[in-house]
Amino acid sequence: MSETTQDGPVPNSASSANKSADARPELMLAADGTPLKKSLSRALRRQKLRALGLVAPLLLFVVITFVAPIADMLFRSVENQIVSDTLPRTTEALADWDATTGNLPPEAVYEALFYDMSLAAEAKLHTRLGSRLNYEQTGLSSLFRQSGRGLDDISDVYLDQFEDLNKDWDKAQPWAELMGDPEWLTEQAAWTKADGKLPRFVLSDGMDDLLPRTSVAYQNFARFTQVEDEKSPIKTKPWGTVQTALYQDLMAQDVSGYSGPHADMLKTADAAVADFDSVTFQEGFSEIDEDWADHEVWQTIKTYSPNYTNGYFLNAVDMQKTPEGPAMRDDNERIYGLLFKRTLFMSMVITLSCIALGYPVAWILANLPSRTANLLMILVLLPFWTSLLVRTSAWKVMLQQQGVINDTLVWLGLVSDGDRLVMINNQFGTIVAMTHILLPFMILPLYSVMQTIPPTYLRAAKSMGATNWTAFWRVYFPQSVPGIGAGSILVFILSIGYYITPEIVGGTTGTFISNRIAYHISSSLNWGLAAALGTILLAAVLLLYWAYDKIVGIDNVKLG
Amino acid sequence: MKFSKTMMATTALTVATGTIAFAAAHGMSDSMTLVSWGGAYQDSQQKAYVEPYLEMHPEVSSTWDESSAEAVAKLRAMNEAGNVTWDLVDVVAADAIRLCDEGLAMEYDPDELLAAAPDGTSASDDFGDLIVSDCYIPQIVYSTTFGYRTDMVPEGVEAPSQICDVFDLEKYPGKRALEKRPINNMEWALLCDGVAKADVYDVLETDEGQDQALAKLGTIKDEVIWWSAGADTPQLLADGEIFMGSTYNGRLFSVIVDQKQPVGMMWDAQVFDLDGWIIPAGLPEDRLARVKDFLMFATDTQRLADQAKYISYGPARASSAPLVPEDMKMHMPTDPANAANTFLYNYEFWADYRDDIDAKFQSWLAQ
Repeated sequence: MSETTQDGPVPNSASSANKSADARPELMLAADGTPLKKSLSRALRRQKLRALGLVAPLLLFVVITFVAPIADMLFRSVENQIVSDTLPRTTEALADWDATTGNLPPEAVYEALFYDMSLAAEAKLHTRLGSRLNYEQTGLSSLFRQSGRGLDDISDVYLDQFEDLNKDWDKAQPWAELMGDPEWLTEQAAWTKADGKLPRFVLSDGMDDLLPRTSVAYQNFARFTQVEDEKSPIKTKPWGTVQTALYQDLMAQDVSGYSGPHADMLKTADAAVADFDSVTFQEGFSEIDEDWADHEVWQTIKTYSPNYTNGYFLNAVDMQKTPEGPAMRDDNERIYGLLFKRTLFMSMVITLSCIALGYPVAWILANLPSRTANLLMILVLLPFWTSLLVRTSAWKVMLQQQGVINDTLVWLGLVSDGDRLVMINNQFGTIVAMTHILLPFMILPLYSVMQTIPPTYLRAAKSMGATNWTAFWRVYFPQSVPGIGAGSILVFILSIGYYITPEIVGGTTGTFISNRIAYHISSSLNWGLAAALGTILLAAVLLLYWAYDKIVGIDNVKLG
Repeated sequence: MKFSKTMMATTALTVATGTIAFAAAHGMSDSMTLVSWGGAYQDSQQKAYVEPYLEMHPEVSSTWDESSAEAVAKLRAMNEAGNVTWDLVDVVAADAIRLCDEGLAMEYDPDELLAAAPDGTSASDDFGDLIVSDCYIPQIVYSTTFGYRTDMVPEGVEAPSQICDVFDLEKYPGKRALEKRPINNMEWALLCDGVAKADVYDVLETDEGQDQALAKLGTIKDEVIWWSAGADTPQLLADGEIFMGSTYNGRLFSVIVDQKQPVGMMWDAQVFDLDGWIIPAGLPEDRLARVKDFLMFATDTQRLADQAKYISYGPARASSAPLVPEDMKMHMPTDPANAANTFLYNYEFWADYRDDIDAKFQSWLAQ
């Protein structure tokens, strides 16, 4: 492809040496006085830009519809940000925890989990994280789902006690006045629906020093309520996390210097909290589900905390992450290796049978007078234009046990009625149906190559005393190899990616890796694993292409 | 993230073609995109309430999208792209729970959204326990059960009537069709391997239990054709390829009643499931208003009973049951004669164990 630009005579070394010797010191100038070289390159650049402008829409189209999705797929196969996005504080706190000691993580981790999980549960992100982690450890999906609901059990402990002190602790307005900036409060109070967006919550001055945890918890609540629910924090009761944070703050901080709104209420509470019933977060979580006291659960969360993971790829080659590093899965859970091998093997068989069937057909087409050849060509093209589903279903009708072929065999007496042949819903069915479907992709390139081989060559060989076979094998066949190459690459790469036909006629032994990819995309929703499988498949195709280029040479391929 | 956004945007563009709803200046949108399963079931929906609704509102147009099987995946993609083009989606209960958990479906208050029964019973009481999630509006009860060729029953033997007849190759030789996934098959296998109905999921939770179920399935493995599309078993039965096979009861109904094939139903241990609507989360106001108006009409007592004229699925409202035509009642999975021994599968269990057991099941199949 790039060769075309180098057409024309190439200066030999002698003339170029001459040139450099003759180079004059002064510059050649164009009519307008600029150096000729500069003016030339400017003209060339303009030309290039114009050419680029012409191909830009196409380039953009290819990038958007072809490169971007592939890049996105590659990215998804290693992407794992969901854990750190959903549980940011927990993953941070977990970083210091050594999973190998066998101890449970410290209380600080449980505390971080409480706040992270509360926010995630409001945004309904915890179940997504649960399903993500469930790929790695069974049961985490329901653990997260239930924990989202159970969080209130922890916060209610404090909420109830604050409420007993003063009803205002469970009301929207007093909380907003305590935490919110006075200016924001006036704005918020004056706001009407017609104004559009709610004024963004602003924390009152000095509050984050006075009550650090409560400030964070309340801000999370206020912003989420405003943005996601589009409700005013003045009219919405704060989440349970806020009272829990307040309890922690009052235990740790000194609020005696505070004189802002609701100072009395806060100071009364400060005096009372020391006598509050309390529950550690660890106890609270274990109460919700005993699995939170399970070392393995935490290990899984820690293992999958980083933003990027090779977990999907390991899974795609039947391995899994363990504390001791990657290890093979149990024998009865290994399927992907088998499926990859089967896909490659069957695609090979399909390609070979396409060659075996397509070669003679293409030969006949190429050597018949053109009128007859055109008629036969229609017979090749007609199935080619017929819907894939129709042809696949037709094979089902033909090959099934009560089908046309079995009926004929029974009628002929070759097979007894009791032992009809099983020819569909297995590997054989897939190979037959796919060979038929892909045959035109073999015949067409072969035909176009064979047409260019002059029949006189064969006659010349024979006139020199070659037998039919020698003439074919030594003279004709080598010239048709580019056609075989092109056809094989087409058929092989197409069949590797097939999934409709194997799904319909493949049964259990005739399905391809693409069937599993489709399953993970649309049923199990494990997109990461599907992406990893797809990436491996893509890599395999590229590798084969490269190998083909090394062995046969891609320049030998002729598509027409 | 940037890449994924670009990609999602392009996907959304393709998905959105043809369904761009021109928002009316105010009030309700005048087009709806409904998503369902296609085939006989979608026809019954079309006839029972979409057509009557469109007659009442000539300004409205509706489009069907037959993507319910991939509804969760597609809604997730639309949500990521920030452009939900569907207005109402018909899904099975397990998918509805998942969509609700992930915030992809709108939560609703049944009594506000759905019409009360004619006798005044509130919608939440009328639907009762079938409202399995905060986002789900159940329409029908269907079941996965077995059909068999009446002309292939060996002479001198009774027609199969017990679930364990499926596993009895001596008494009932011939091919069987089972769905190519572990759900339902594992439960049936355990039931026929002596596990009590109440213990099925406790047993299935353990490795030994899973192996036990696979071993039981292994006794008939050579005689099984595994199906993946709902139309497969009815077709295989009609062709005489199999002796018996599992499928949805409505499909068997059409093979038996509409196509008059020599096929019988075996209701034992039928697995109940629900099918119904969810409203995608985050619809613009005008589209939401239209959907609510439509739902109020489409889920009322009379409309659900009407649907049962066209397909043998039991209406999800208690008040609709008496209105079901007499000649259809015997074909309903909820009819007392058929519902003597039913099995309600455990959504929660399969949410957790699906990946694990599926990997085992698939490698077992491939061996």
